[in-house]
Amino acid sequence: MTATVHKTPRAEERTGPAGLPNPAPRPEGEIEALKHVWRAPKGLNFITVVNNTYVGLFYVGTAFLFFILAGILALIMRTQLAVPQADIVSQGTYNQLFTMHGTMMMFLFAVPAVEAMGVYLLPNMQAARDLPFPRLSAYAFWAYFFGGLAFFCSLLFQVAPDTGWFMYPPLTGTKYSPGINADFWLLGIGFIEISAIAGAIEIIVGVLKTRAPGMSLDKLPVYAWAMLVFAALIVFAFPAVILCTLLLEIERAFGWPFFIAEKGGSAMLWQHLFWFFGHPEVYIIFLPAAGMVSMMVPTIAQTPLVGYRLVVLAIVATGFFSFGVWVHHMFATGIPQLSLSFFSAASMAVSVPSGIQVFAWIATIANGRLQLTTPALFILGFLFIFTLGGLTGVMVGMVPFDWQVHDTYFVVAHFHYVLIGGMVFPLFAAFYYWTPLASRKPLSEKLGRWVFGLMFVGMNVTFFPMHLTGLIGMPRRVYTYPAGLGWDWLNMTSTIGAFMIAAGVALFLFDLVRRFRITEDNAGNIWNAGTLEWLPSGDYANRSIPRVTSREPLWDQPHLAADVEAGRYYLPNAPTGGRETIVTSPITAEPQYVVQMPGPSWATVLGAFFTAAFFILLTVKLVIPAIVCAVIAVGMVIWWLWDTDPGPAQATVDIGGGIRLPTYVTGPMSHSWWAMVVLLMVAGTLYACLLFSYLFLWTVSPDVWPKPDALPELPWPLLPAVLYAASSLAVVLASRSLRRVPAGGAGAAGVWPMRIALAAAIPLVVAAVATDLAAQSGTGLQPTESAYGAVVYMFVSLQGFYAVVLVLMGVFTLARSLAGKLDGVRRGTFDNTMLLWHFAVVQGLVGLAVTALFPRLVGG
Amino acid sequence: MARSSIIDDVFSGLQSALAPAGPNASGIAELSWIMFAAAAVIFVVVMVFLAAAILLPPGRRGWLSGQGVVIAGGIVFPVVVLTALLVYGLALARTLVREDTPDTLRIHVIGEQFWWRVRYEREGEGDEIVTANEIHVPTGRPIRFLLTTRDVIHSFWIPSLAGKLDMIPGQTNGLTLAVERPGVYRGQCAEFCGGAHALMAFDVVAHAPADFAAWREAQLRRAVEPATPLLARGRELFLAAGCGACHAVRGTPATGSIGPDLTHVGSRRSIAAGSFPNNQGTLAGWIADSQHLKPSNRMPSFPVFSGEDLRAVAAYLESLK
Repeated sequence: MTATVHKTPRAEERTGPAGLPNPAPRPEGEIEALKHVWRAPKGLNFITVVNNTYVGLFYVGTAFLFFILAGILALIMRTQLAVPQADIVSQGTYNQLFTMHGTMMMFLFAVPAVEAMGVYLLPNMQAARDLPFPRLSAYAFWAYFFGGLAFFCSLLFQVAPDTGWFMYPPLTGTKYSPGINADFWLLGIGFIEISAIAGAIEIIVGVLKTRAPGMSLDKLPVYAWAMLVFAALIVFAFPAVILCTLLLEIERAFGWPFFIAEKGGSAMLWQHLFWFFGHPEVYIIFLPAAGMVSMMVPTIAQTPLVGYRLVVLAIVATGFFSFGVWVHHMFATGIPQLSLSFFSAASMAVSVPSGIQVFAWIATIANGRLQLTTPALFILGFLFIFTLGGLTGVMVGMVPFDWQVHDTYFVVAHFHYVLIGGMVFPLFAAFYYWTPLASRKPLSEKLGRWVFGLMFVGMNVTFFPMHLTGLIGMPRRVYTYPAGLGWDWLNMTSTIGAFMIAAGVALFLFDLVRRFRITEDNAGNIWNAGTLEWLPSGDYANRSIPRVTSREPLWDQPHLAADVEAGRYYLPNAPTGGRETIVTSPITAEPQYVVQMPGPSWATVLGAFFTAAFFILLTVKLVIPAIVCAVIAVGMVIWWLWDTDPGPAQATVDIGGGIRLPTYVTGPMSHSWWAMVVLLMVAGTLYACLLFSYLFLWTVSPDVWPKPDALPELPWPLLPAVLYAASSLAVVLASRSLRRVPAGGAGAAGVWPMRIALAAAIPLVVAAVATDLAAQSGTGLQPTESAYGAVVYMFVSLQGFYAVVLVLMGVFTLARSLAGKLDGVRRGTFDNTMLLWHFAVVQGLVGLAVTALFPRLVGG
Repeated sequence: MARSSIIDDVFSGLQSALAPAGPNASGIAELSWIMFAAAAVIFVVVMVFLAAAILLPPGRRGWLSGQGVVIAGGIVFPVVVLTALLVYGLALARTLVREDTPDTLRIHVIGEQFWWRVRYEREGEGDEIVTANEIHVPTGRPIRFLLTTRDVIHSFWIPSLAGKLDMIPGQTNGLTLAVERPGVYRGQCAEFCGGAHALMAFDVVAHAPADFAAWREAQLRRAVEPATPLLARGRELFLAAGCGACHAVRGTPATGSIGPDLTHVGSRRSIAAGSFPNNQGTLAGWIADSQHLKPSNRMPSFPVFSGEDLRAVAAYLESLK
């Protein structure tokens, strides 16, 4: 069933004393009820909190902790490099240090930090009460927290990864890295990537579906645009790195030779997959920071952003271009000239959108009157540093120049300018700027000047000389260097600068400890900003959800804050008695329904803990305990999901302004359908990467591809194909029968056709995978014998994985039916299972077609 | 630090991309200087705009505050400049990748953890020459390096002569360059290749053509016979300790091919892939304790030798000019 919106509200249809949706004063007890529904749990249970304002802060805090830890590793490295032939740390330790520094800064600081800021800021900026999947963001945070800490601890036992954050095989294969160091990276990071994807799904659905009514896409804050593109980049980029870490871990554990040249594998396959992720990764980090700058610049200049549309276009364009530049990390691998030219041109092009944004900020500053507050200082510092980093970025995009400076300190200088300039400085600006939202007192402006000064000067003293260090020959990732090559004084200078940065960060920490206090009565809109996050708020977010008519509502609607606080806008209460927010249409942000959201649960925290434990135990080869943890983790997730998909609490509720909205919808209007579709995009991208790997390996080693007569006979692939199709058909039949089940009619006999059809689909899909496996192994093909065998069995294994998930989801759906939680209306769970089912079947059919037909096509 | 030495390090350093000694590196250095100059100008202009946006009186900065400046500065200007740069850069890249000519000297360099095996293809009557960690080349003649690896990915880089090129399992990459003037140019592995990556350097020694011919002549000879009883004892110990299982010394029973060929090891400038100067003392230290001097390199330490024996072996190796 899809819901009907009972009335489309227009601005002129306001009711109430001030022409606003709801009358004030509000009924007695309403605010208390709202507070009660949204309150954070007390005592030990506090850690089960799911409100975005708390989870967001934990998340930012944890990311900042890893920033400090990874920064300390950098200081140790800089101390070792201060003079030639120093002996502060050993070669082996140093190799762990630089690997962990890069990995942590990328995966445990930068990506989580920007995602965390999104979790914290987005609902506030869009005046939603929370993100649409509060438990998912809590799970993503805790998974990252436990997993990240365990990953860091590998360093304390001297078993940390030591082969660079880029993990190039064959160095990372078992032959050259027999220890568990590499496994820590592959499993630890593989797992944190999953957390990033969970966050991305949350953010996409949150930005598109839970906005203040009237906040159409052309009024969406630039930051929300940036986060939307950020999340889309994660969706399309992270699957590549998930796949390559999966392939490498399988190669290490079971000897499937994806990357071993002697068996037809290719070290270049890793590089393509890794950098297909790795370059968008840079924009994954930069775009949210740029989005924050586009929010702060208008406030510090007290004038709207100049060129809003151009800036949004630039952000979207960056997202597109960023997928066309990965080969510029591989200019020195001997790739043909023609592809070098293409990727060089694309690398130039990607700098244009950054130029647009820089000039938009300058124009905005010129248009207004800059107040030289600490956030403003950090933004000016950002413009200085980032512009330099952008210019050296153009340089390294030039192929011949890159041949010289690739993998030297020039590149180290370049990307620290881009990342510290482009992300850390905006983040510090953001810390100063948004602290008044979370804390009773803002951070000190006086100390802030010192923090900025130390960090800005320190940053330039550290990294500017490195351009020269690299040009005169110093490669990256060396634990020591000989005297007499001119590198000595440059390195000493860099080390001094690094300690200046550290002093700045330490001063910031001091100020943070002294003044930062989480409180409900925060300092408020001290900068006179124009966007919705500055509305008065509590655990329930805003007292009522405003209708927005411009990009800076607080500037353009002077009574907005007071009216919102008085409850004169939408949904000033909790009509279903639980947590709710308004779901809006993706383009025009018209209210569609009121979503009922789950509250705190131990399932998320424990689920995350046992998921992390599974990966870590697997790394240290404790397989049985790992499996136990996996089972518990799945159990926790099932527990958590059991409470969701609540069905309609009541037919419709009144949110004010004469608008009555349904409390439950399914299908393409619902937030859960959107989330599933985004998840399928992730899965589809992963599969596309696997197809790419198959074809790439063929171009490298066609000689290990079989002759057509060595393939399974043609009838064989047809059998699994028929079984796949039959399982999908059974699910379609189940869906049709479910439609006829009346709401609450779980006991009726009419539910059995659906149950039988769904139950039949389960063995069919399992049989499809089993027969596919039997057909391949029937030819005597072994996954360990060649890259061909490995990639073919990878197709089958991936289908096996989906079959396991479908069995779990099928049984879960059946269980909900038996428990009376599934009917013709309340069918969100079924719909999601069905979406994944059809996806897995289509993917299985594609895999069968490729493995059966491609070798015949090229080998016939 | 004296001012002149800083400038020396940059413009005549052993390993500086800004001290080019051949057409490849010169072409790139020229491109570099053009880009540095352009970047400096652009950077200053952007910062002046930013300063103007803050400091000019509000009435006099209107020209900076509209969308026009965003389009001009953010789109038109970069597109024009970058297109020009791209055309120049790609044209330059094309000239740097060249085909062999009949007089091209072909040298195979094989990256290994953590040293460089160097093999000269036979020319005329002579055998092929195998050496390690030191590449002798003639000036004024195209040289083609054929780059492969025996284990992991390495990257072959001599900043004064050319950009770097990776050595990747399963493929052979070719790098053609020429050297303009005799001299020593230092190179180093530029792709992290495991434990002792930092200690994987080499020297390129460029000779005038006649000197190169003489060097080649010398390399083709078998190892010299020990001239003194001490050296003879050194050879005896060398063979008895099993060094020949990994190392070859042509003219002796030592024919191993796992480690560097030592037939003319005494003629090389350094040992352990550019890590230490080559003399009796460092050779002795290396044999006794190579795992301490260069952890995780493939050669085990040989603490078995007495001090006297160690000196004999080191003296023998040093005599292999």
